Amino acid sequence: MTDIIIVGAGPAGLTAAIYARRAAKSVLVLEAMSYGGQIINTPDIENYPVAEHISGFDFATKLYEQAKNLGAEIRFEKVTGLLDHGQEKEIVTAKGSYSCKAVILATGCENRKLGLSDEKALVGRGISYCATCDGAFYRGKTVAVVGGGNTALEDALYLSDIARQVYLIHRRDSFRGDAATVAQLTARKNVTFLYNSVVTALHADKRLHSIDLTDKAGAVTTVETDGLFVAVGRIPSNGDFAGLIELDETGYVAAGENCRTNVPGIFAAGDNRVKDVRQLVTAAADGAVAATEAIRYIGTL
Amino acid sequence: MAIMEVNSNNFDQEVLSADRPVVVDFNAGWCGPCRMLKPVLEELSDARGDYKFVSVDIDEDVELAERYDVSSIPCLVVFKNGAEHNRSIGFQPQAALDALLDE
Repeated sequence: MTDIIIVGAGPAGLTAAIYARRAAKSVLVLEAMSYGGQIINTPDIENYPVAEHISGFDFATKLYEQAKNLGAEIRFEKVTGLLDHGQEKEIVTAKGSYSCKAVILATGCENRKLGLSDEKALVGRGISYCATCDGAFYRGKTVAVVGGGNTALEDALYLSDIARQVYLIHRRDSFRGDAATVAQLTARKNVTFLYNSVVTALHADKRLHSIDLTDKAGAVTTVETDGLFVAVGRIPSNGDFAGLIELDETGYVAAGENCRTNVPGIFAAGDNRVKDVRQLVTAAADGAVAATEAIRYIGTL
Repeated sequence: MAIMEVNSNNFDQEVLSADRPVVVDFNAGWCGPCRMLKPVLEELSDARGDYKFVSVDIDEDVELAERYDVSSIPCLVVFKNGAEHNRSIGFQPQAALDALLDE
């Protein structure tokens, strides 16, 4: 039986793998997509201690190799379930099942969708969840950004250097994001603020060409746009564990700084846990804490 | 197997007139998920000799990206008999790509 199974090969999961291997525990990391998690979308990381500049891809690859070189086994399988049999935990994947003594859930978050019909079909045909990834395709075009937090504001600012016209759509009449960024946006001639508005329909032929906005009074306006960048927050990827693991009302694992969940032997690390600051360095820190707690737990069995 | 780089000069010959279906990987060096996808595609190209695999650097060749309406990368476009058959956006694990080719 494996000592520790880690679900998710992002910064939290891979850091946990490093700590667990250095304590000579056997480790299996299961990842549904690519290693690295969402950090691979970041072109340049400038706030991780010691590394002044590193791309998200290079960061993820170095971390992956460090964990592998220490003897962690990493398999690309989607986890679909988690069962608690007391001293033995069972992880179910699309390919089979694995048993272990302790589990670390480091599943991260995913982009919140608008929930409109055709939204999924139009990804890559006008709909995007990543301005720094896809902004370059909208040079000289018209784009809209929807959201009210820092991500939406920063996306709008980034896109205003590329696109001809940027609409910033927000359901309230003021932004909860950084006031300095709002001021910068206000000074841009090609940024138009559309307050008290919700995106209620997407119109496309081969690709997106316009969107419907509905205001608080229920009036609908159609806005022509080549792109819609969705920045309406992130949701934790904990759905598969909801029956066993206690989550808060927004879906984050109810685990504190010690990364312990309501089930002994199951820990949560990184962005999927209740916390105030979700950064690369806090994800890595969680990995260290969760692994240390898991090792301590195994010692009590 | 190494994946051949193509551009607008040889695209028609290498892709549209190819003797078998072609997977075109639209990518860029600054795109992390594209770099993640590269080894997956190399492995897939070894397993899928029934397809030809080529790569387009969208920074080198904006024209091709525009011609095929690529506005998010990585973007894989599958061509059969010179026409687009289907496409996939973003990083995908090998099993999902295998399924895409069988569609």
